[in-house]
Amino acid sequence: MSAHLQTQWEGIVAIAGAEHVRAASPSDAVDDVEPRAVVEPESAADLARVLSYAGERGLSVAPRGGGTKLGWGNTPRTVDLALSTRRLGSIVEHAWGDMTATVGAGCTVDHFQSVLAEHGQRLAVDPLWPARATVGGILATNDSGALRMAFGSLRDQVIGVTVALADGTIAKSGGRVVKNVAGYDLPKLLTGSLGTLGVICEATFRLYPLPREERTLSFSTPAVDVMNRFVLAVLDSPLVATGLQVCAEERTPAPVIYVRLEGAREANESQERRLVELGRDTGVRRVDAPPRVWKAREGVWQGERPALVCKFSVLPTRLGGFCDLAREVASSLSLEWSIVAQALGVGLLRLEGGDEERLVAALKRLRGEVEKTQGSLVALHCPPAVKARVDVWGEVGDALPLMRRVKVQFDPAGILNPGRFVGGI
Amino acid sequence: MKAEFVDALRRAVGDNGLLVEPEQLRTYECDGLTNFRVVPAAVVLPSDATQVQEVVRLCHRGRVPFVARGSGTGLSGGALPVDGGIVISLARLNRILEVDFENARVTVEPGVINAQVTQRVAARGYFFAPDPSSQQVCTVGGNVAENSGGAHCLKYGFTVTHVLGLEVILPDGSLVHLGGKTLDRPGYDLTGVFVGSEGTLGIATKIVLRVVKRPEAIKTLIAAFDSTDEAGEAVSRVIAEGIVPAAVEMMDRLALEAAEAAVHAGYPDCEALLLVEVDGPAAEVASSMERVKDLCASCGAWEMRLSETEEERALVWKGRKAAFAAMGRISPNYIVQDGVIPRTALALVLRDIERLSREAGLRVANVFHAGDGNLHPLVLYDRKIEGQEHRAEELAFDILKLCVDAGGSITGEHGVGREKRDIMPTMFAEPDLETMQLVRCAFDPEGLANPEKIFPRPRLCAEKPGPYKPHPLEVAGVAELF
Repeated sequence: MSAHLQTQWEGIVAIAGAEHVRAASPSDAVDDVEPRAVVEPESAADLARVLSYAGERGLSVAPRGGGTKLGWGNTPRTVDLALSTRRLGSIVEHAWGDMTATVGAGCTVDHFQSVLAEHGQRLAVDPLWPARATVGGILATNDSGALRMAFGSLRDQVIGVTVALADGTIAKSGGRVVKNVAGYDLPKLLTGSLGTLGVICEATFRLYPLPREERTLSFSTPAVDVMNRFVLAVLDSPLVATGLQVCAEERTPAPVIYVRLEGAREANESQERRLVELGRDTGVRRVDAPPRVWKAREGVWQGERPALVCKFSVLPTRLGGFCDLAREVASSLSLEWSIVAQALGVGLLRLEGGDEERLVAALKRLRGEVEKTQGSLVALHCPPAVKARVDVWGEVGDALPLMRRVKVQFDPAGILNPGRFVGGI
Repeated sequence: MKAEFVDALRRAVGDNGLLVEPEQLRTYECDGLTNFRVVPAAVVLPSDATQVQEVVRLCHRGRVPFVARGSGTGLSGGALPVDGGIVISLARLNRILEVDFENARVTVEPGVINAQVTQRVAARGYFFAPDPSSQQVCTVGGNVAENSGGAHCLKYGFTVTHVLGLEVILPDGSLVHLGGKTLDRPGYDLTGVFVGSEGTLGIATKIVLRVVKRPEAIKTLIAAFDSTDEAGEAVSRVIAEGIVPAAVEMMDRLALEAAEAAVHAGYPDCEALLLVEVDGPAAEVASSMERVKDLCASCGAWEMRLSETEEERALVWKGRKAAFAAMGRISPNYIVQDGVIPRTALALVLRDIERLSREAGLRVANVFHAGDGNLHPLVLYDRKIEGQEHRAEELAFDILKLCVDAGGSITGEHGVGREKRDIMPTMFAEPDLETMQLVRCAFDPEGLANPEKIFPRPRLCAEKPGPYKPHPLEVAGVAELF
């Protein structure tokens, strides 16, 4: 280690403590960019001091929680420090009478949920890999799942944050009450910002009760257009589902639909009867639900072969069209595909079984089509050789210069996750 | 204001789009909060987004501050003009541009009235969820600026929950699109931060809204209690049961007297009235409402009435929604406040409000969105009595401080505006306010859009071009989008 590096190392050790600074290993790499050190401060104040130290010296920082989504975003230009929120994992307050809770960014989603469940409550989101994913991580990556159908996404449930900025400033925005319009809503700005504006240290959420009873119904569809008609019919009905998910893949002829109902038993029974009737009217057939259908989003990530995993967003009326498009593109490039989508139009697509050339071609064609109808297609995971050739985010539109100005205001030296976000932010 | 500037405005919006006569300008000197008044130098009424853009460009070039205005129903002075600045009224941008039932999206211009959105989609069983009490007259653009709530946001969320995309004229006159018709557009959620920014980040000229399917069943209960404590306890028990009502409203005796005098809703004569609305699938509603009734009874409710028809329900709500205006029946003047507390602090805060009211010698009527802890204390006074207005203002602020001390907020839905600007520091520390203003600096470095609002002190925006470094992909010429 050079004398210069040694000095920097010591500076960080002085803040975080020797046992909480370690040399990085290949498993800490963001894509193929390996940081020099991993720092795990024990408090928001120490985390902010590390940021300030890094900022003054122009060290680039990649914030991380459970490390489940380190590959999301473009490859960073540089990463000197991996700044972990792991030790900011305490549950600060569960105000169950007010149905709010404040939690450290490093708390895993599962642990948070288990504490909330003691009072019959929950954070009404079901992100990927909740045993390892942290609250800060799901906020930074805006990862909501099927519950979004009924409860909205994270942006609708986060009501306050404490954030550490690149210059070491610690700021709060929002609050601990559900209804609050005092000042700008930074919790929303930070949700989905991929750690490029600041490091979320603590967040407050509004909560929902755990359901009294829940059940899942499955329907098989004869064709994609029938699937789309059924989905739209459910959305257009007074039925209230807390999940409406479509799974489609290469091997099965037509998509399967899963509907989740939550509520009082008699209400669920009545909704179930009506769903089955609606199914009969639209031409879908009730089948037995396999287990773990609400973990199907995680299934999209499983597989040994090099794959492209994309998040797509289309209008609900175009879900069927997107399935057709995926099939057509995959087939023309001899790729295998699978889709898990939510009825609101957001889903995951996996493409595999082809070389880099074909994956890139597929991404470009799909994105070209989706963007024509105001949709988006973001590559969340792909082989490094693919990532080197594409922008994972796609079209951002005419607000990109404004987004750059926001970034420059929050992180003028550009030390936070440089290059990972849209437009090279 | 220079004559050339006025001429340029006239060219931009035409003769019938420009007001400069003092009598005309006085109409715009305040919004729903009348104790702050500033006569603007001019008012423009553009008729489309292009004209708005041209006006904003002129303002930017001449460094003239501007304030956008919808119907002027705001209660925090958010549309208060700036001395020497102009008001841009969006009243003529009142078209509903697209209704897409299949995707439940409606695209409107900012001057469309809130209630008109629901009227437009009602026949197909949809509604626009944000329902501020002023919904018959307030504009969607105003709702976006204030992130308006309403009685039903407990279940359905605020305006921001229902805004998916925006076309915005930035304070430098450029036009950008934030969000869109599809969810999760790549990039920062600037829609989320623009909604509720009280006109300080630019002017929305198109708004993509989400509309919601009307629930199959709606039941509305009113329950009479002997004290606000008992009514508050009932609310806590309902919530603890895991029921999420569509709305929970509470009125105290004074508020009830006024509402009754105004609309004759036939409310019971009681110390505290609770209004609980449950909606959703019929079987769920029936089961929840039974439990709500039991819980209210267990907390001492001595009279409960379930609205059986849509007419009865409408009457019950009319009384509640008319409560502010009804104060005119029992007091010459009043101040409406808008504090928020954690729901569990309700009994404590109400007792403190009562104490402050006694000490100040002024009556306070209380109307709450009790489900989410949003209090609307109404401080009653008589302007003609020397010193009373000042005392009333002080009392209103003292009540907001109580809310902050209890862990709440100085505003739940009316906005900070001009009125509460100077008490923002009771809730936020200097670094918090400075950090929020980084957003302002990105959108409006010259501070032209609705200046002097929200923040007690404007941040000086550093004119740093920023050390933007090209991404390797950009350099390689790979990412065509950069």
